[in-house]
Amino acid sequence: MESKATILGRIQAAAVPAFQATRTPITFSEANLSHFIEAVEDYKAIVHQVTPKNVLALITKITEHKRIVVPKGLPAEWRPEGAVEDDHFSHRELDAFDAALTLCAIGVEETGTIVLDAGEGQGRRALTLIPDHHICIIRQDQVVASVNEAVQKLSESVEQGRPLTWISGPSATSDIELVRVEGVHGPRKLEVIVVT
Amino acid sequence: MSGGGIRPATSFSDAARETLKNRQLRQNLGFATRTIGGKRERVIAEIPDWQELRTQGAAIKDEAMSNLAVNLQLLEESVTRMGGVVHWANTAEEATNLVAEIAKRHQASEVIKVKSITSDEIELNDALAKHGIHALETDLAELICQLAGDTPSHILVPAIHKNRNEIRELFEEKFGKALDSNEPKVIAEAARLYLREKFLTTKVAVSGANFAIAETGTVCIVESEGNGRMCLTLPEVLITVMGIEKVLPKWDDIATFLRLLPRASTAERMNPYTSMWSGVTQGDGPQEFHLILLDNGRTSVLADPVGRPTLRCIRCSACLNVCPVYQRAGGHAYGSVYPGPIGAILTPQLLKLEHANANTLPFASSLCGACYEACPVKINIPEILAYLRGKADHPFIEAQGYKAAYWAMGSHRRFEFFMSKQRLGIAFGKGFLKPWTDSRELPEVPDESFRNWWRKRGK
Repeated sequence: MESKATILGRIQAAAVPAFQATRTPITFSEANLSHFIEAVEDYKAIVHQVTPKNVLALITKITEHKRIVVPKGLPAEWRPEGAVEDDHFSHRELDAFDAALTLCAIGVEETGTIVLDAGEGQGRRALTLIPDHHICIIRQDQVVASVNEAVQKLSESVEQGRPLTWISGPSATSDIELVRVEGVHGPRKLEVIVVT
Repeated sequence: MSGGGIRPATSFSDAARETLKNRQLRQNLGFATRTIGGKRERVIAEIPDWQELRTQGAAIKDEAMSNLAVNLQLLEESVTRMGGVVHWANTAEEATNLVAEIAKRHQASEVIKVKSITSDEIELNDALAKHGIHALETDLAELICQLAGDTPSHILVPAIHKNRNEIRELFEEKFGKALDSNEPKVIAEAARLYLREKFLTTKVAVSGANFAIAETGTVCIVESEGNGRMCLTLPEVLITVMGIEKVLPKWDDIATFLRLLPRASTAERMNPYTSMWSGVTQGDGPQEFHLILLDNGRTSVLADPVGRPTLRCIRCSACLNVCPVYQRAGGHAYGSVYPGPIGAILTPQLLKLEHANANTLPFASSLCGACYEACPVKINIPEILAYLRGKADHPFIEAQGYKAAYWAMGSHRRFEFFMSKQRLGIAFGKGFLKPWTDSRELPEVPDESFRNWWRKRGK
């Protein structure tokens, strides 16, 4: 408490003149899906573009012989056979799965980013972090043009106190001689299924 | 000891004289700064409104600083409402004690860390070690520095002074296991295996913060490897140490910085992972969250109108990469966890201009202005460098010289008298000027002064 008073006192004593930033209003524009896909692929993520009726077939194909974990709320029609629903699994139990299959909240064309906001069908954060392979389904209408638009659309989730994870490609490092290595601690493989 | 702190052990010129002898370092740095610099220009060119974006970033930070007390209290309120606990730390010692106390309460003998320069600034690792707590760095480069007993040399790529062979040898020695090759992929895999067990079992994590939003209580961390997500998600307890200048007023403000930071920093459209959380979420992530708001000299930077824009810094490291002095001398020459042009203004100010060695840092610049141009939040670094030079102690002889010049130029009579004797003066001064003239040329003195010529010309 004492430190708080000291710090606040020093800030007051600094007597910084009032200043109001002029914020450029956010403009909304139509997102370009092919740009989004190119940007996601640019990060070495795998992108599939499918129609709604082909989603399950594709998922079944890419998850063959794999132990798949899915969150509660993932639509039944997209759930591959044998997939296990997350049931308060421990970190170790999650570690035993090969891949996690989830939905997401938003896609960003400008940067090729997908954002998870812990909403329906997205699961808790550990679910999309521990398994080495993350498969994420996104509907075309979830892609927005810019980071600005994404932030604005996510304000409701944030007000509700939900955590956000912005994902742009698989985990990567350039710490050794600036050579990019895909896959360190996060999922080493990211697959994005765009439903159009 | 990848702590480091901010108190340089020697003057910049003494430290640089040593680091300049290291050719490997200069090669690595030259390569790194050129590579990042080139990529940076390409991704920035994709944003047509980059200059407006910089202005916007600077303005939001200025607004946050102009109303800092209110913003911080609002942040405290919001984080508390969301189930977190907020602490205030006046000094580095207070902050490290708080972290140690919380860790001890959970009987933690080891904590995992997300890369955080703020924690290096307060020498958290050393402080925790005194309490019998081991702080394990989980960022690959920080881990390399920690295992090597070395300090980071670059904000963004702290182990840039080491090449793959050195890192392979280090890992083989420390992990007690032979690596198949010196390929970065193989080295990264070894670190993955070593750290994975730690992520799954460690109870307490410590992080810094890139941004924190006052109105929502949301803390934001940008990263690449996923070690951040691991530390922020899997442990039971999360402790975040954040400099008070990291607060942003409104949620929408984060958009500006998410556009500025990755492009200026790693030269990417977006970094692989950005985590944002507000307090505690039931059933998801740490169930206990502590936010430590750190002053440690920041309010004294705030109190100085000229130095104040230093607090806009978002730690992107763009100014390091373009700086001709940093490129050659390297990060270690700055003797602080904040190297490069931003370090040259931040370090002495955080130490309230009372640290003699830190006060030599503003001289580590040619004032070329490249840092100002690269800065995503438009900090006029050269202006602050020049200002801090003026405030620094000057050698006795230099100070006397300026005093004498002030007197001599104070009246036109004295000025003309000394001008007529200038040849004599230069001959006399040459001895004193030798350190300066060793690497520069003195201008030729014309046969006649302008004043003399002007007078004669009328006749």
